[in-house]
Amino acid sequence: MRTRITGGRIIDPANAIDETLDIFIEDGKIVAVSKELKGFKADEEINATGMWVMPGLIDLSARLREPGEEHKSTIESETRAAASAGITTLCCPPDTTPIIDTPAVAELIQKRAEQAGFAKVLPIGALTRQLNNERLSEMASLKEAGCVAVHNITPLANTQIQRTAMEYAATHNMTVFITPEDTWLRNNGCVHEGRVSTRLGLPGIPEAAETAAVARDLALIEQIGVKAHFCRLSTARAVRMIARAQHDGLPVTADVCAHQLHLTEMDISDFDSNCHVNPPLRAQRDREGLRRGVIENVIQAICSDHQPHEADAKLAPFSSTRAGISALETLLPLSLRLIEEEKQSVIETIRRLTSGPANILNLDTGTLGVNKPADICILDPDSYWQLSTENMLSQGHNTPFINWEFKGQVKYTLLNGKTVFKRS
Amino acid sequence: MNLQVDENGRLRHFLSIDGLDRDILTNILDTAESFTGVTDQTIKKVPLLRGKTIVNLFFEPSTRTRTTFELAAKRLSADVLNINLNASATSKGETLLDTLRNLEAMHSDMFVVRHADSGAAHFIARHTQPHISIINAGDGRHAHPTQAMLDMFTIRRHKAEFKNLTVAIVGDILHSRVARSQIIALNILGTGEIRVVAPRTLIPAGIDALGVQVHHHLESGIKDADVVIMLRLQNERMQGALLPSEHEYFKLYGLTEDRLAVAKPDAIVMHPGPINRGVEMDSQVADGSRSVILQQVSYGIAVRMAVMSLAMRSQQDAGGTQDAN
Repeated sequence: MRTRITGGRIIDPANAIDETLDIFIEDGKIVAVSKELKGFKADEEINATGMWVMPGLIDLSARLREPGEEHKSTIESETRAAASAGITTLCCPPDTTPIIDTPAVAELIQKRAEQAGFAKVLPIGALTRQLNNERLSEMASLKEAGCVAVHNITPLANTQIQRTAMEYAATHNMTVFITPEDTWLRNNGCVHEGRVSTRLGLPGIPEAAETAAVARDLALIEQIGVKAHFCRLSTARAVRMIARAQHDGLPVTADVCAHQLHLTEMDISDFDSNCHVNPPLRAQRDREGLRRGVIENVIQAICSDHQPHEADAKLAPFSSTRAGISALETLLPLSLRLIEEEKQSVIETIRRLTSGPANILNLDTGTLGVNKPADICILDPDSYWQLSTENMLSQGHNTPFINWEFKGQVKYTLLNGKTVFKRS
Repeated sequence: MNLQVDENGRLRHFLSIDGLDRDILTNILDTAESFTGVTDQTIKKVPLLRGKTIVNLFFEPSTRTRTTFELAAKRLSADVLNINLNASATSKGETLLDTLRNLEAMHSDMFVVRHADSGAAHFIARHTQPHISIINAGDGRHAHPTQAMLDMFTIRRHKAEFKNLTVAIVGDILHSRVARSQIIALNILGTGEIRVVAPRTLIPAGIDALGVQVHHHLESGIKDADVVIMLRLQNERMQGALLPSEHEYFKLYGLTEDRLAVAKPDAIVMHPGPINRGVEMDSQVADGSRSVILQQVSYGIAVRMAVMSLAMRSQQDAGGTQDAN
């Protein structure tokens, strides 16, 4: 099978390409990115004139809810939604049921994703067995079974176990994903501690819950030298701390959820449970600081932190609702807004969604390089559309972005050279 | 969109003081004034809500608040149903929404709700049938708007214009839904100066954004105050890491006649009750001439009658066909 994508604006941050070229694909791999390729006879041509052609997006955190919570969503339903949003690789956090702490669960998830055929799913292994913060998981076996990193979701309160887990991960050259949160400072909080928590009487999570944890873990990383990735930053101060650590040469990277770049605590308004997220939406200055972190490449990846829920999970008084947003389908459009709102270049914006996350995990995707898998997203940059529960493909409709108008819509998504999504 | 007012700007639900305007608050106070007479008559009833069913839906234990709501409803000639759920329903796996659906099926006209979660009253107002009016009788740390209104009523009865007043609120501001509602009401009514007085552990972050001055010492906090409101200190707060002991709290923040001397000579002392004597204040102050604590309780009935009748009036006008069903 040979495919030629013609006339599109190629945006490939990994290879510093931003110009109008054709892409030539054979047997699922990119064979050339050029104006012409002698002797290439395409079986299929995709006319991408006026479109942006870029690597398929890589999302560092998406809950697919399978295995264990199929009433919320399945690997098939969510990878289909991902394909429609230009995402071709999803990293699945280990808090499934059962937990990803054995090779069997990691393999099951990858197998189900292969069967569905819409996107690649890369499992993230549990840092401790049963995520119980006590015993180390079998990280070497998890790595063999396809886990690309280890993560503990709920932070380790015991610093000694955090240290040994990092040392063991470093032994096996595994990247450790870190949720920077001090459990005690977080306590029973459900929103940012500040004006809104005070006005609404909701228990707050102080900024220091994040910064104290970042400081502790940076101290450990400095001593151990493990490759560490800070997940879902929410405060401007934490961004500055990580910038300083990177400047000092520590092997640390970071990501942010797309919604944190657009919403603040004020959006909670009168207890809107769709704005119940963890880490919480914080103050205006934090949102500015996170955006600056993205622009200055302190934050290398923007992720969705996709958490689909059934309707009931959000139907209760605010603090009793489940946290999280169904976010796959807003990852790209929210990120693209930075181009107009912050004057960030197109190629740098796309980098945070492609080669940025790929480099964090040493993946061979997120690029349009020759001999790389043809995971490609084709976007009409001038098409306006509105998010509605009717046009969402994710099984979870829990999002505060309903009725938002977005610019830029995915027209085609290719996975290993095969069209897995096409918008007519 | 403001859930609390109808398209004519009148009170529909009473969920929090936040979001209401001065006219609505003044209307509640004026209406309450007209009801104070009812309470003094030999037959203490008016037929305003005859044939209406009011459900007191209490998910948190309460005797005093529930009783005054019940009395207020009965004096308006409504039928009253008291339901104490105390988390028993939820422990059986029934969601709050399931509970509401069941009560709706009983054809009630108004729910008076107390719940341990902030935002519970808003949630219920959003998810019950539109002809049911919701009155918040306290939700988590968020709001206790009828308590705040009876406090405003008490202040208005004893003092002149709000704009010339200095009001000090002393105690556990952090956990207090009463303080939040009082602060917002005092601001809407144009109070000259509002102070909160407590150690830093009991002051929530960013409280100054609500338009108050923060004091950490009782003397400076109540100096020249016209109104001193003492908040109840829950026992569990004293065993945690927020305060070292009852003894030290009383030493620093307990109100005594001596300490009260720095306030205005005609200052009034208020407390939402029940008082911990010897913790928030000593008995001399609680039973003294400047204490208006018992008046607060009796005004509570008139104020709740006012809120219930106003909210029901809006509902009746909106759903004229509702009675026929």
